[in-house]
Amino acid sequence: MRMTENNLATLWVYLSTSPLLGLTVTLVSYCIAHAVYLRSGSHPLLNPVLVSVFIIICLLQISGTEYRVYFDGAQFVHFLLGPATVALAIPLVQQFDRIKALWMPIAVSLLFGVVFGSLSAVYISRLLGASLLTQLSLAPKSVTAPVAMGIAEEIGALPTLSAVLVVTTGILGAVLGTRLLTFFRIENDSVKGVAIGVTAHGIGTARAFQVSNEMGAFAGLAMALSTVLTAFLLPWILTALALI
Amino acid sequence: MAFIQGLAVLLVFQLTGEMLTVLLVLPVPGPVLGMLLLTISLLLMRAIPKFIEQAGTGLLAHFSLLFVPAGVGLMVHFDRLGDEWLPIAVALVVSTLLSLIATAWLMQLLVRFTARNRKKQNNAHD
Repeated sequence: MRMTENNLATLWVYLSTSPLLGLTVTLVSYCIAHAVYLRSGSHPLLNPVLVSVFIIICLLQISGTEYRVYFDGAQFVHFLLGPATVALAIPLVQQFDRIKALWMPIAVSLLFGVVFGSLSAVYISRLLGASLLTQLSLAPKSVTAPVAMGIAEEIGALPTLSAVLVVTTGILGAVLGTRLLTFFRIENDSVKGVAIGVTAHGIGTARAFQVSNEMGAFAGLAMALSTVLTAFLLPWILTALALI
Repeated sequence: MAFIQGLAVLLVFQLTGEMLTVLLVLPVPGPVLGMLLLTISLLLMRAIPKFIEQAGTGLLAHFSLLFVPAGVGLMVHFDRLGDEWLPIAVALVVSTLLSLIATAWLMQLLVRFTARNRKKQNNAHD
């Protein structure tokens, strides 16, 4: 009995230092989450990202594993975000004629979405008594994580807090986005895509691709352009409003 | 082999994007610049090579999965969120929902407006 316990302990020590475990847990959890999602008839609350993040956090908490150790393995999945972002060029080119025809509505909506998305978060949290540091960390919540962290640093906010707020915003947008917009009588996939891409960056875009290629392409475009816009505009706007 | 070739092309564009952002000190992340460069290249080529399309759509089919490791990072911030969880939660939810609806409404309005204008122009030509 004691022998087995020792063996198990040794096995765990070995596994917990190898990146294999983090990678395997990520893929298996996602497969389970995806199966649950399909089984539920694509229920938005059972969003695969939300469910797999929940499963993995539970597992790590129970086993007392640190995030850093988990990430040693999970980074192989995380790394693919780069080439996948580059690959967004493909749906963009496929939908290029539709995008070109709508360039004016897209440009104006993007500009509005970027400014409104940031400032509404800043002022709502301010109204509810959040500290200035928190208010500023909320400002870049709608752009993809690495960029949000860069912006946070520039405006004197907390980069790591911004990253968490970014992922939460993305999940919210992905979970609620398409149904909410349908409820508010938005019918076009192109319009839904732009709103989701501006608000919920890559996680929202991933969800948009599950609905249709057109919605995904517009979300990808909106995500890319709003990232660029936010990076350029946000520090300037916050300075103009005397927030920084 | 096609998948590897496609992945290689995507990585080359990402690398180019990363290098340009560092060299030119741009506030844009490398992969986003890489995406814009690939878009321009594909538009100039007037066709999407099969192997790039295959690798790209393969990656995008599982785009959600790629956000899971970053999402798990939430656990690091449980304590930090402690005191201010209420204003943060309300601000995130309300701002995200309002942005979604307001942006979509504005764009729908503009789409209808441009469509009507275009129709008018066409009628004038007739």
